[in-house]
Amino acid sequence: MLRDITLGQYYQTASPIHDLDPRVKLTGTLLYIISLFCFKYYVGYLIAALFLGLMILVSHVPFRFMIKGMKAILFLLVITVMFNLFLTPGTPLVTFWKLKITIEGIQMACTMLSRLVLLIVGSSLMTLTTTPNHLTDGMEKMMNPLKVIKVPVHEVAMMMSIALRFIPILLEETDKIMKAQIARGADFENGNLIARAKSLVPLLVPLFISAFRRANDLAMAMEARCYRGGEGRTKMKPLMYKKADFVGYGILIFYMVCSIGLSRIDFIGLLAR
Amino acid sequence: MKTVKARNVVFEYIRRDEEGNVEGINTAVDHVSLDVNPGEFIAILGHNGSGKSTFAKHINAILYPTEGNLWVDGMDTLDEEKLWEIRQTAGMVFQNPDNQIIGQVVEEDVGFGPENMGVPTKEIWERVEESLKAVGMYEYRKHSPNKLSGGQKQRVSIAGVLAMHPKCIILDEPTAMLDPNGRADVIRAVRALNEVEGMTVILITHYMEEIIHADKVFVMDKGKIAMEGTPKEVFSRVEELKALRLDVPQVTLLAYELQKRGLPIPKGILTTEEFTREIQKLRNPVRRA
Repeated sequence: MLRDITLGQYYQTASPIHDLDPRVKLTGTLLYIISLFCFKYYVGYLIAALFLGLMILVSHVPFRFMIKGMKAILFLLVITVMFNLFLTPGTPLVTFWKLKITIEGIQMACTMLSRLVLLIVGSSLMTLTTTPNHLTDGMEKMMNPLKVIKVPVHEVAMMMSIALRFIPILLEETDKIMKAQIARGADFENGNLIARAKSLVPLLVPLFISAFRRANDLAMAMEARCYRGGEGRTKMKPLMYKKADFVGYGILIFYMVCSIGLSRIDFIGLLAR
Repeated sequence: MKTVKARNVVFEYIRRDEEGNVEGINTAVDHVSLDVNPGEFIAILGHNGSGKSTFAKHINAILYPTEGNLWVDGMDTLDEEKLWEIRQTAGMVFQNPDNQIIGQVVEEDVGFGPENMGVPTKEIWERVEESLKAVGMYEYRKHSPNKLSGGQKQRVSIAGVLAMHPKCIILDEPTAMLDPNGRADVIRAVRALNEVEGMTVILITHYMEEIIHADKVFVMDKGKIAMEGTPKEVFSRVEELKALRLDVPQVTLLAYELQKRGLPIPKGILTTEEFTREIQKLRNPVRRA
């Protein structure tokens, strides 16, 4: 049951987006999110949505995978919309009981909704098209300048990739321990919240012990294979920019200029005039 | 030069109580001296707690002798400056296949050692390819290690050590957690390395069947070397092995029992083929001449 969980949410297929350097995708996602907060008029969101739609099309990832990520934050979305709708002061439009919906409220709610949806879909496009491994590599390389101020960039990246490698192993182990405890009469499914939390103790204790033991073994195996930190280490798969990556950066800049620039123009106002 | 030279190696575990006072001293390795020549296949046998794994960790400089010295290819393991060179010269494969694979893809894991050593990218790829081919795992190079069987994982671990171009490989009970098929695969790969590539192999195990092809066997008990010799010599001393709580292969035991009852069979029979040959000789004494 636990083994079915796929790591991250990488969707394997061949596409120009999949082939991009992770650094391009990371920068792209970051800039895209920043752009969402720079728009003055709605036309910006329209451009952002079109751009994202185009990227999804190019990435060959089925659209339903994007929606999947949204389900997780549905609750958050509803709450955000509600709060903005009812609690923004301004000219009232509809009033019932003590609640009133204002024009400003509707505008605010729309803005927040588009921002959040685009933000989530945009970042899931990155995780869907990049393996966790590639992502860690990209982050390591991008954060390299931070080494100057003594941030252990290589160590953090190594820890992340080891954690990723051990997640399925530990899941399998959890499954095994769970079955062993169930066989001896443990009950993980019934009772109230506290009872259920308590029943997790006999699951977590052996899991922690075994995780520590594994960590110890792994550290020894790594040392035996001459691991001594990032100093003097070479890379089997070094990240190198290809032509397509520069094209990617070009498209990004073009998008940023277009969307932020055009969103400064009040098209609706112009039309109304 | 000897690949491994141990002289009076002693290793003590110091047990401490909660206040940090010394409670007792366990001598895990007790005055062990042995030599390993280049290209040899050495087996170290012993039951649990005999000190064989502790000794193996000395060869890789994971542990240092409390007393005595150990040289790997002429380098003293107590010399800290030589530490990484020693670890590269004597590669080590551990027992648990899951806990020694670092990469998320087979080829990345094999490349981990060379990466640490600072080998240029192009050469890493060559080494990865040649090592994976040597253990017969090349077609799995793009797989995730989580999807491999235990025996396959151990072969990947061996490839990971090979990619560092060591002079000697130490295998610390590499088959203890495997099923019989996986065990056979791993041992076949190890033997091929020794016979085809001339790699020095030190195999630590408690499975008797795995050592019959070794050039030399050391049996450890209570941290000491209790017996040494060729597999034939060691297996001809059935009573002693039994006293050390080690199981003798079934054929050897059968031959030994028959011989005790008066059949003229030579000592130290290791394989079924050898045994049948001897039995046939007994049935047709004429044909022998």
